[in-house]
Amino acid sequence: MNLQLIFPEIYLSLSIMFLLMIGVFKKDSDNLVYNLSILTLIVLLALVINLFSINESFVFSESYKIDTLSSFMKVLTIVSAIFVMISSFIYLKTLKILKIEYPILILSSILGMMVMISSNDLIVFYLGLELQSLALYVLASFNRDNVLSSEAGLKYFVLSALSSGLLLYGCSLVYGFSGSTNFTYIANTSLDMKYGIIFGLVFIIVGLAFKISAVPFHMWAPDVYEGSPTAVTLFFAALPKVAALTVFIRFLYTPFVNLIDQWQTILIFLSIASMVFGAIAAIGQLNLKRLIAYSSIGHMGYALAGLASGTNQGIQSSVTYITIYLIMTLAFFSCLFMLRKKNIFYEKIEDLSGLSNNHPILSIALLIVLFSLAGIPPLAGFFAKFYIFMAVIKQSMYFLAIVGFLSTVVAAFYYLRLIKIIYFDKSKEKFETDHNFGLKLTLAISTLILALYFIYPGILNEIVSKIIII
Amino acid sequence: MFEIGLGHYLTLGAIIFTIGLIGIFLNRKNVIVLLMSIELILLAVNINLVSFSIFINDLSGQIFTLFILTVAAAEAAIGLAIIVVYFRNAGTIRVEEIEKLKG
Repeated sequence: MNLQLIFPEIYLSLSIMFLLMIGVFKKDSDNLVYNLSILTLIVLLALVINLFSINESFVFSESYKIDTLSSFMKVLTIVSAIFVMISSFIYLKTLKILKIEYPILILSSILGMMVMISSNDLIVFYLGLELQSLALYVLASFNRDNVLSSEAGLKYFVLSALSSGLLLYGCSLVYGFSGSTNFTYIANTSLDMKYGIIFGLVFIIVGLAFKISAVPFHMWAPDVYEGSPTAVTLFFAALPKVAALTVFIRFLYTPFVNLIDQWQTILIFLSIASMVFGAIAAIGQLNLKRLIAYSSIGHMGYALAGLASGTNQGIQSSVTYITIYLIMTLAFFSCLFMLRKKNIFYEKIEDLSGLSNNHPILSIALLIVLFSLAGIPPLAGFFAKFYIFMAVIKQSMYFLAIVGFLSTVVAAFYYLRLIKIIYFDKSKEKFETDHNFGLKLTLAISTLILALYFIYPGILNEIVSKIIII
Repeated sequence: MFEIGLGHYLTLGAIIFTIGLIGIFLNRKNVIVLLMSIELILLAVNINLVSFSIFINDLSGQIFTLFILTVAAAEAAIGLAIIVVYFRNAGTIRVEEIEKLKG
């Protein structure tokens, strides 16, 4: 057994315990622990990149898998976690929720995500999922004196625990009818199409659809996004989706790859429903966080459309999509963090009114992000959708492509409405402009990537094209 | 004599699972009942796993069950903590009154 392959995970779990000890024994160490955990993430990033060149290999009797997909998704998770942490520092300070538990919970949920991403066994997958969700329950209700935040935590807890239950029931059926918990082994036995396995497959897909908030299992997302503190919302909108999408790819293309006829229809349905619902339901929203929740439901629909195509190209386009989605989410939330006035953060759409008069640079950044979310060329969001449509059309799934295209048009309406409010409505009082360096850096980097992606699209494509699953 | 086979255990598991699901969706009274329903779902899964494990002669099902029991305990602890926090803020844990977030 080669322990070197899981060195990043070992390092992360040790540093979580170490940071917890610092937090317990040293008084007023909130800032120290926060900065040390950013440092931990940077070292972790280096460790994971170090493993990038390793070809498919297994640890712990084939229950833990390291390959290009897992390394890429881990890098994505860790990089966005670093940006989430450096951009939300002032927000946490202002709301007085910068306690030592906050960075430690974030680190432990990242550990859970890394385990999920690499899992090749039902038990390992379940443990990773629960480690991630248990930390997220607490994070959602982290602003504990606020009734909205604790309600968000409660709702997320109940629905997420329910979805874990469904997923586990599916796991138990798959285990029983295939005789093993190992993905590779299940793939070999599921050839003879037992009904028990198909039943389990459906339960597992339902549970995973809950986690990435695909319609019809999306009902928690808007409430939880609106209620939790914005820093946590950013975390919710970005990281768990990466992990859940990776698990989706793993499940569909390792143990259940022989049942593609069965799951393809389900995925097409989930994808179409999410795209259409995400586009239509966002129109009447007044709260920006709620709006972005519906928008993320729609974006997950596109990512699932890539998976439904059942080809390597489809998987690669989904991975590209989730990468660009992460960048757009980071950029959008950095803009949200900048809407601050006298220690209050504004999150209503009407607060954006006439933003361009007082804050021209912020408005241009927001303009780029919103155009990119709407998928208008030549911004990165357009290319993400373009790859997905290419992969889908190549498999001659025209209906899926047409519905996707039409819902892009509908969704463009509410993004453009925001731009109209920013540029043409009556301006309000100025927001404060003294932001910390991390927030400015996050916004600058993510906006620049979105705007200039079309010059070198090959960089991302080259890395992603190494992800070969089938 | 009447022989108890795998099918009976699976039926028992399915019944308990369904009771748990119905408990979550039909319950309009108390959040604690939701916690109990979630616990029921996990127990149904455990029954399934243990009976499968015995009938196919493979230990990993029972190992899985031990992990699920541990996680369920942690989950119940966190759930109760969140309920306490919510009760302090809102003064109620009736399910129909948890509706401050709507839109």
